[in-house]
Amino acid sequence: MADESISRRGLFMKLGILFNGLVATALAVPIVGFVLSSITRGRSNAYLAWVPLGPVNQFPEGETRLATFKNPNVMPTDGKTVDTSCWVRRVEGDQFQVFAINCAHLGCPVRWFPQSGLFMCPCHGGAYYRDGSRASGPPERGLFEYPHKVENGLITIQAGELPTPGASAALIGKKLPCA
Amino acid sequence: MRLISQIGEWFDQRLQLAAPIREISEHPVPRSSASWWYVFGSAALTIFVLQIVTGILLAMIYVPSAGEAWSSLQSLNHDVTLGWFIRAMHGWGSNFMVAVVLIHMMQVFLFGAYKFPRELTWIIGIFLLLMTLGMAFSGQVLRFDQDAYWGLGIGASIASRVPIIGPFAVKLMLGGPIIAGATLSRFFALHVFVIPGMLVGFVSLHLLMVLKLGINEWPMPGRLVKRSTYVSEYHELTKKDGAPFVPYAVWKDMFFVAFILVAIAACAVYFGPFGPTGRPDPTIIQTSPKPDYFFLWLYALLSLLPPSMETPALLIGPVVVILLLLLLPFLSGEGEKSWRRRPIAVLTISLIAISLGTLTHLSGYTPWSPHMNAWSGDPVPDRFLRGTTALQRQGALVFQVKQCRNCHSLGDLGGQRGPALDSVAVRLTQDQLIRQVIQGGGNMPAYGKNLSPAETTALVAFLETLHPAGQAPARDASRDLALSETPEGHAPAQP
Repeated sequence: MADESISRRGLFMKLGILFNGLVATALAVPIVGFVLSSITRGRSNAYLAWVPLGPVNQFPEGETRLATFKNPNVMPTDGKTVDTSCWVRRVEGDQFQVFAINCAHLGCPVRWFPQSGLFMCPCHGGAYYRDGSRASGPPERGLFEYPHKVENGLITIQAGELPTPGASAALIGKKLPCA
Repeated sequence: MRLISQIGEWFDQRLQLAAPIREISEHPVPRSSASWWYVFGSAALTIFVLQIVTGILLAMIYVPSAGEAWSSLQSLNHDVTLGWFIRAMHGWGSNFMVAVVLIHMMQVFLFGAYKFPRELTWIIGIFLLLMTLGMAFSGQVLRFDQDAYWGLGIGASIASRVPIIGPFAVKLMLGGPIIAGATLSRFFALHVFVIPGMLVGFVSLHLLMVLKLGINEWPMPGRLVKRSTYVSEYHELTKKDGAPFVPYAVWKDMFFVAFILVAIAACAVYFGPFGPTGRPDPTIIQTSPKPDYFFLWLYALLSLLPPSMETPALLIGPVVVILLLLLLPFLSGEGEKSWRRRPIAVLTISLIAISLGTLTHLSGYTPWSPHMNAWSGDPVPDRFLRGTTALQRQGALVFQVKQCRNCHSLGDLGGQRGPALDSVAVRLTQDQLIRQVIQGGGNMPAYGKNLSPAETTALVAFLETLHPAGQAPARDASRDLALSETPEGHAPAQP
């Protein structure tokens, strides 16, 4: 480098590249931030919000009923997609189980058959017992359960995200909502 | 006429494109390559152009909003003049595109066209295939109906299984914690801007290399590719036995392209557009989502893989396949081109074609899925009830009411998840039947908690009648012996 002389034009070209590099890096920050916002935004409180399912007496003891709820994180263009179903099993008294509608295999909607006491999935044939445990088929685990609580005669659940067989991104290191 | 040529000259003086275009169209190709086997590349390019044109037309009406996409598709189908036809052309164009791209790839593989010096053309072709499949999947999402909604759920479930980054990949894919407006919008951006933009770039490179390196000559058994000599041999071939691409070879491309376009239009007119199926409302759970035609094999594979194999197969399988495809020209970049001397290549193609075909065929009747309405919809054929006792008929009732029918067929009616039970009594003794019903096993749920002793007795009594007229039911010989010394129906007390 020492014996190579740098011409004026050569120096300006190198400075030009450096300047453009700096500007590109500076612009990359908001661009990457925008692209990844769906991951980071996920950490907001909506995940942990409690969503009401209705009064407890809607759910007879010993039975499993379909309930619907609105996702706590609604955008104006979401249409009907924010309305979600879940299966509510009232074991007895205030003892409940709330199952996600999504099969633990690949997320298809499972259906409850009270006569045989089974949840069956129409896609790949997964089946679960009434307590959500795996009965047969491709799922490797039981149905996803939402955390729930009963307060003032109302049952509420924590159901901010689509349950998937992987871990929850929003809550890594925190309590898992769909354990 | 003179005016036209004057106008042409005026433009060419400024654009200077006439000479390069003439050079490209008249470049010599080996006479052997003017074959009906060499038409699939230009067909894929033509369908790509068709997809761009019909896609732009659809975008004039389509609304990429989760709340309105479905109704905008309905108005395309029913209100907008010829909207149904443009949708059908785009949908059928997509099916033909995937098919033609696969056939093109198969031909290139069997003709050894990926060998030196066309390795990079092949590698870019692999990316083009992946992008074509990406277009097919994102296109299915834009048809925002029940299949699209639950298909996204399946995509998210697969993505979530990737170690460490899986959960983040799901959020990135869905644009948030659930499948909603942001999901559709980002798939719209992918389908309409990102992937098509990349396709245009990669297709240009692919074509440029075909022009620069020359079209693959017809492979002759015994004529081996060597890095040191191939290029000069090829030039000699095109000099000695070459002909200008236009018009010597191009007419076959033109005929095939026209045929493909007519075929797409015919399918569009005859079969009409694809869907949309039901509204993308997740509270409607009476649905059996299925992917589009070209992902049906995957749908079948996911049902048939043993659970423990599934995650590794889903995550490692595609990586291995794509790596193998990318490495292929480096693993066998020289040597024999002709399929007549490459039996493993021919076997590989046959095996893949048969596997994909079989899986696709199976997905047509999904033997692995319970028939959700069989228990209430499919009656027990009366020949199974003729001459039965009250207890056995009670058992037939239990058989229906407990939804055994959803997985087991009788007289070819009912689910196929479990074995057909027309002759189950020949296979299982009474004790084995009781055990199977109560404890389940072999992929059957246990019904012990859900059947009273009386129901179990009746059910098994019915199942024991299920054997062909001339064939005796299975029996446990030792049990007969033990029972012979006690009143019938009561097992002796345990010592």
